Parts: sequence; C-alpha cells; structure tokens
Amino acid sequence: MSLLVVKDLSRRFGGLQAVGQVSFSVARGSIKALIGPNGAGKTTLFNLIFGSLLPDSGQVWFDGKQIDGWQPHQVAAAGMARTFQHVRLFAKMSALENVAVGRHVHSRAGFLSSMMGLPWTRREQRAVRDKALEIMGFLGVEDLADVEASSLAYGQQRIIELGRALACEPKLLLLDEPAAGLNMRETREMAKLIARIRDRGVTVLLVEHDMTLVMNISDEVLVLSYGEKIADDKPLAVQKNPEVVRVYLGEDDA
Amino acid sequence: MVFRKNWPILACALAVIAVHLLSAAVGKPQYLTQLTMAGYYSLVIVGLTLLMGYTGQLSLGHAGFFAIGGYISGLLTTYNLHSRSSGAVVRALRATHLLVAGQDLYGGDLLVVRPWAACVAALLVTVAIAYLVGKPVLKLRGHYLAMATLGFGTIVYKVVLGSSLVGAADGISDIPAFPLFAGLAVTGRSAARVHNYYLAWGLVVGAMALLINLIHSRVGRALRAIHGAEDAANAMGVDTGRLKLQVFVLSAVLAALGGVFLTHYNGGIGPSEASIMKSVRYVAIVAIGGMANLWGALLMGVLLNFLSLRGSFGSFDDAVFGLILVAIMLFAPNGLLSSELVRWIAGLCRRPRQERAP
Repeated sequence: MSLLVVKDLSRRFGGLQAVGQVSFSVARGSIKALIGPNGAGKTTLFNLIFGSLLPDSGQVWFDGKQIDGWQPHQVAAAGMARTFQHVRLFAKMSALENVAVGRHVHSRAGFLSSMMGLPWTRREQRAVRDKALEIMGFLGVEDLADVEASSLAYGQQRIIELGRALACEPKLLLLDEPAAGLNMRETREMAKLIARIRDRGVTVLLVEHDMTLVMNISDEVLVLSYGEKIADDKPLAVQKNPEVVRVYLGEDDA
Repeated sequence: MVFRKNWPILACALAVIAVHLLSAAVGKPQYLTQLTMAGYYSLVIVGLTLLMGYTGQLSLGHAGFFAIGGYISGLLTTYNLHSRSSGAVVRALRATHLLVAGQDLYGGDLLVVRPWAACVAALLVTVAIAYLVGKPVLKLRGHYLAMATLGFGTIVYKVVLGSSLVGAADGISDIPAFPLFAGLAVTGRSAARVHNYYLAWGLVVGAMALLINLIHSRVGRALRAIHGAEDAANAMGVDTGRLKLQVFVLSAVLAALGGVFLTHYNGGIGPSEASIMKSVRYVAIVAIGGMANLWGALLMGVLLNFLSLRGSFGSFDDAVFGLILVAIMLFAPNGLLSSELVRWIAGLCRRPRQERAP
C-alpha cells in the first residue's frame, strides 16, 4: 500500500504552470527520487505536498488521510518531516536544541504547565534531550551537541537539519537536495545515511541533482519537466527512457 | 537539581532584600519609591523581552497595553456611579459586591468599582484587545510588524489624549489605593513604602520565575525556533501562528498588570504613559539587555528606569533612550551584557595570567 498518493496536483504562478496535473505514489519503506532540470517544479511540488503552498487543484493523500489544504504544522503532526534546499537551521540555538525542536510533535508541555515548571514537564524535557542525543549518535555527530548551529560547517549543518527532521520520527521524510553543496566524500556518506534511514523504516522522497546518488539508492525515480511528469519508473528504466534522455541531453544528442 | 535551576531566582530575591537594607543603611529610604516604580515598569520589559528577544516579534506598541491597564483600572475606581445608583446595571453590580461606596474630598457620596474588580476588568480587556490586535498583525514580519504595532500605540495615545472621560491631557488623578490582603495595599503613602517595595518586587520575581521556566521549556524552545526560522519551525510541527499570539497576549497582560499597579501606586496616570517614546524606551531597554536575555533586560530596566525616575537624565530623558537604542544597534547589537563583550572583558583580565604560566 502507498504511504503517499498525489493525484492531479497543479499550481500556477501567474502565467507559469509550475506544477501541472502531477500524479504519483510512494510505496511504504521505499526511497523515491524526484529529478528534473532546474525550474521543473520539484521544490514547488514539495511545498504543495507539505502544505507550505496551497495547490490550485488536485489531492494529496498521506497515510490514508487527505492532507491538501492542511498547514505545515498539521502535516508534521500527521507524520511527515522535511529538510530545505537551503539549510534552514535555528542559527542561534545549539545543534542539540535544533534537533530537540524536532521532538515538538512528540511532546506536549504547553504554556501554563511550562511556566509552572511542573515535574512531568521536566521529565519530558529530559526525554526530549535523550532522544535528540540518540539521534545525533545515530548520525555520528553527538560531539557537536553544544555547538551553536551558525558556527557549524556547511556539511555538518546538513546533517543536523536531517537530524532535526528525524527527531520527528516521521513516516515520510522529504529531502530537498540533501547533497547540494557537499563534496564527493560527503555525498557518498549522505547516500549511505539515507539508505540507513530507509532501513529504520522511514519512507523517503527526495529531490536531488546528483545522478549517482539518485540511481544508487532510489527504488523509483520520478522525472519532472516544465511542471509535468515525463517518467515514473525504476532507475534503470528511467535512464533508458528516450523522453528523459531528450530532456537532459537535448534532442539532437539523443 | 531544584536549587541549581532556581538559584538565579533566589539570588534575585536576595538582591531585592539587600537593596532595601542598603537603602536603609545609607539613609536614602526614598529611593525605594523609584525602585518600586521601576519594578512595575520591569513587568512590561520582561514581557516584551519574551516577545521581542526570544520570539523575534518586535512591538512598538507596548506602552499602549501598559496604558490600557492603568487607564481602565484608574477610570473604574474613580468614575462616580452614585447618580446612577438606581439603574439596573449598577444595582446588579452592587449586589455582587463589585462596587464600593465612600465619600469624596468634599463629603459628597461616591460609588465606584472595587479595585480588585477593576484590575480583573483591565486585564480581561487587555487580553481581548491584544488578541484582536495580535491576530491580524502577527501575520506581518519585521518592519511591517513594527509599523503596525506603532500604529496601535499611536491610536491608544491619541484616544486617551483626546477623551475627556479620562481627563484628556491631564489624565486621571485621585485614584484610590488598591487593598490586596492582610492589610497590604498598593499605595504611594510613605508609611507604606517598604511593603509596597516588596509587593512590586515580589510580583517581578514571581513573573521572572514563570518566564525563566517558560524559556527553558518545550514552548521556549519553540519560541526561539520561531525567531530563528519561522517556516522551519512550522515544518517541525510548531503552530507558529498560535504560539506568537499567545506570547503577544501574555506580554500584553504583563504590561497591563504593571500599568494597573503603578497607577494605583502613583494615584494617577497621564497620557505620557501611552506615548510612543515610552514604547521606544521599552524596546531600547530590551535591546541593551541583550534581546534574548531576561536577566539582562531586568537589570538594565531597573537601572535605567531608576535613573530616569530620579531625574538623572534631566530634560533629555527621551533623547537618552533614543541614543541608547542607536548606540546599541551600532556597537553592541547583542546587548551590553552579551557573551562576546563579557568574553572580551574576561579575556583582558585573563591575559596577564596566561603570560605568567610556564
């Protein structure tokens, strides 16, 4: 059964059809990659799925619930997490606190109980901290716990952002260009990491330009061009798809 | 564990007592009056620190909330209902003990709202106004939010300045004391100076304890996340719109509480409490305290308000706070007590010792 089902999703920006009638699904426990030339509508599609943008038409079904029109915090509470194309960490908070924010949907201390400093809120705080440290351990970055996010190296920031999303313990993880700005070694490690995350039972949908990474770890690849789906298949089949080759290499070279 | 978490609060309470003893020892008990007033202003400042410093939502209208609290409580406790005592509403209020009868200076009959009821009414109205203002306005960011809250502050100022009901430019005077419990009352009589000092600072220390708990909690972490990257916080499941509104209302209520108590302490309130320069002053103090630094804001707030109330800045009072704001933004954007500045000073002190080491 599919965890995510997108049906005829469309969004226009003025005269530009950013995403047009896109339909696809993501199977539970799989890694699906979303590729396409710059401006193909990949990030827009992410934003439509997550509720950061509202679709003009179409539906998004997640884990049996129709979630189009929901706000991002509601989507997050339903079990979806994301990273951003340009790292969006909380700059003045430590790496550990950044990851701890990811525990928001799994903790419940509110305004009044927090102000009163009730004992259960303190226990909850300790549990949040332990879980955040455990996730940083899984990512191999527990030594960065007390470093302020803004003083982390770029590659480390990407890992912490990933940790923050993992702290949500999502069913579905959306990764927007997880390897952007990383060198070859870091990219290989990121690919391994994404596979390990999938092995923990998290379904992954990712946008990526690094074809080696995409072809190595993805179970399925969705190709967008000018906002429209041109292929949705196994990696090898997509590589041989004449339409995909034309879009990526140009018609004359095909 | 409990002690380690709470020692700053305990230290603050001890400092409050120490300042009292010090003022008595040096024979300047009158300083307690300005310190009491500075305490009530501190309630506005710590609330604004939570909103501005931690959550990153600038408000140039908090003097408006202070004034709403003070004016409503002042008006209700001075507005004579005696001539309407046959009306149904007044009779109902009287039956529920919300009114108190007395006599004015000339022996005329006086029927006004009890200070307790007036205080509660003032706070409830503040909650309602803060909610109605905050709901649309907090969708704005940065400069736009600043402009919108400035507009709100201006409206409050113009309304109290233009309404003869609240004394227009003269404001409200002869506001009665606010009896609390066990014979304690918020009043400016010099015989009650010491207990009013402890009353004000008890409130401040209590508010600080609540806010310190809050910033170290799940909610506080979410607030700082909103400051850092609102869209990312939202994507992590933080209901950013709701949380911003809650903080805005909380800070408005703290401001109004300060307004209510200071108005009864002073026995009067005037339109200058609602002026834009007062809002700018609060913002300047939060900035000089280090923005996301409750203790810094409290310390700077007491110091600067005390000096201002003692008249140390003369007729340049407002100019001093404007200057502070500019200077802080240029030279110490993280506040006078910022870790960089402290580290730099600490570095200066440490250097000679390192040279001596082998």
